[in-house]
Amino acid sequence: MSIKIANISKSYKKVNALKNISFEVKSGELFGLIGPDGAGKTTLFRILTTLLIANEGVASVAGFDVITDYKSIRKNVGYMPGKFSLYQDLTVEENLDFFATIFGTTIEENYDLIKDIYIQIEPFKNRRAGKLSGGMKQKLALCCALIHKPKVLFLDEPTTGVDPVSRKEFWEMLKRLQQKGITILVSTPYMDEAALCDRIALIQGGKILEIDTPAAIVKHYLKPIYNVSANNMYQLVNSLKAYEYNHSVYPFGEFVHYTDRRSDFNPAELKVYLESKKLSNITIEKTVATIEDTFMELAK
Amino acid sequence: MNTNKVIQVKELTKVFGDFTAVNAITFDVEKGEIFGFLGANGAGKTTAMKMLIGISNPTSGKATVAGFDVFTNAEDIKKNIGYMSQKFALYDDLTVKENITFFGGIYGLSRKRIKEKAAILIKELGLENVANKLVGSLPLGWKQKLSFSVSLIHDPKIVFLDEPTGGVDPITRRQFWELIYKASHQGITVFVTTHYMDEAEYCDRVSIMVNGKIEALDTPKKLKEQFKVDTMNDVFLKLARG
Ligand SMILES: Nc1ncnc2c1ncn2[C@@H]1O[C@H](COP(=O)(O)OP(=O)(O)OP(=O)(O)O)[C@@H](O)[C@H]1O
Ligand SMILES: [Mg+2]
Repeated sequence: MSIKIANISKSYKKVNALKNISFEVKSGELFGLIGPDGAGKTTLFRILTTLLIANEGVASVAGFDVITDYKSIRKNVGYMPGKFSLYQDLTVEENLDFFATIFGTTIEENYDLIKDIYIQIEPFKNRRAGKLSGGMKQKLALCCALIHKPKVLFLDEPTTGVDPVSRKEFWEMLKRLQQKGITILVSTPYMDEAALCDRIALIQGGKILEIDTPAAIVKHYLKPIYNVSANNMYQLVNSLKAYEYNHSVYPFGEFVHYTDRRSDFNPAELKVYLESKKLSNITIEKTVATIEDTFMELAK
Repeated sequence: MNTNKVIQVKELTKVFGDFTAVNAITFDVEKGEIFGFLGANGAGKTTAMKMLIGISNPTSGKATVAGFDVFTNAEDIKKNIGYMSQKFALYDDLTVKENITFFGGIYGLSRKRIKEKAAILIKELGLENVANKLVGSLPLGWKQKLSFSVSLIHDPKIVFLDEPTGGVDPITRRQFWELIYKASHQGITVFVTTHYMDEAEYCDRVSIMVNGKIEALDTPKKLKEQFKVDTMNDVFLKLARG
């Protein structure tokens, strides 16, 4: 086991940020923590990276206890916090060099690890970090977390603010890091990324709702889901929300995902209703649940 | 001038030293439209937006926003538009109510009007229970919804939103878009950037910037046809790496 978490609880003044959390991440696993803001993900990251002490429970990372062996943990893990840890007045290259130096390594030594992401910001290596775009900062922060070739990598929302192409490339890179034996614990608000993890934990309000493979979690969604579309999205959503039998109504790109409360739901009936709301070009087709549907259903 | 075009941009350019961040972009936005301003990281979206809201001087080109020239009437623009920046724009150490009062004051609303507005906003957003709590203690999604409402406090004609839903959970993200739809329904023009491609689908029209230039601009449906793909994500993937 690369990460062991047993009965961890943490509370701040009045809030219980984590309530008796237990799970394990296998060595070499790519494990996702999925949950809304305030779910407790960052608190957990901070405990595992020894920056915060839990009120109860025990945890270890790469075989080291987070309390008694915190120094070894710091040497062996990489952490990319959700809020930037970059030095705004240092240039891109100076930031990277700084992180390499404090871990006693050089940019050259581990360049192959960061290459794919770094080449995208390399043209701007002499620019101060403070003048990078939001997503460019995110990429630099990731390179800084990786530069000492950690055994375990903690990534707290690494792709928030990152564009779709770079997100795709980023996840391809995570998969390659995983093949090099690095264990990765990553949190993300993007549900399509959850599907790319080996296993995920859905976390909300300091508690774990479910832990499983993405494929298994999606199977737990039992209600039939329908893709509904019409000529006007805004009116469609409003009409579906006003429909007395609706169970859930969520826009999903060009469609709305609709579930009905009745077990004998008849799409034709819904169509008639929508037509009565002056909507046209109505289509209603059965579709399959995604992680996002599952998550929203659990979080409801 | 066509009065339905609330944003008119011609060859607008911004150069930093020897680097051209925004390279001669040209487009119009119609009243009430939800205009999605997409592009890869560093493409120039925030830089362009800052010129349009009158807080950064263009290097060259032309632009009018809400009828005012970005070169000569930047002050009028600021009064007539709302803006939500990519970084969180409210004060964490003020309460929900105090933030509303503060921003209402900045926009020159009367005390009476601020009070009325605060009550409406708090009710609409369902924030009654946290009205006297520090904004810093709220979940990100709530902050973002509040921030959006505050950007509309002075009844602007246009609102500029820079990645308003970045990092926001799936349910709150959808609630945020309901607020956008509602504003647009009331005739407010919405100019919005996002990296969520499902959100691109909710826009009336979308432009995609690559390295400082607008490389595509149309309705989501037409863009998908043009690039012969099924999703906006694929349109983006085709364009963004040039
Ligand atoms: N003050 C500045 N001085 C120098 N370069 C700058 C300055 N401000 C922005 N830039 C550069 O201009 C380019 C465009 O940045 P901008 O912030 O507009 O991108 P963006 O499209 O908003 O990206 P993101 O999606 O990551 O937010 C980047 O290369 C950035 O580093
Ligand atoms: Mg930006």
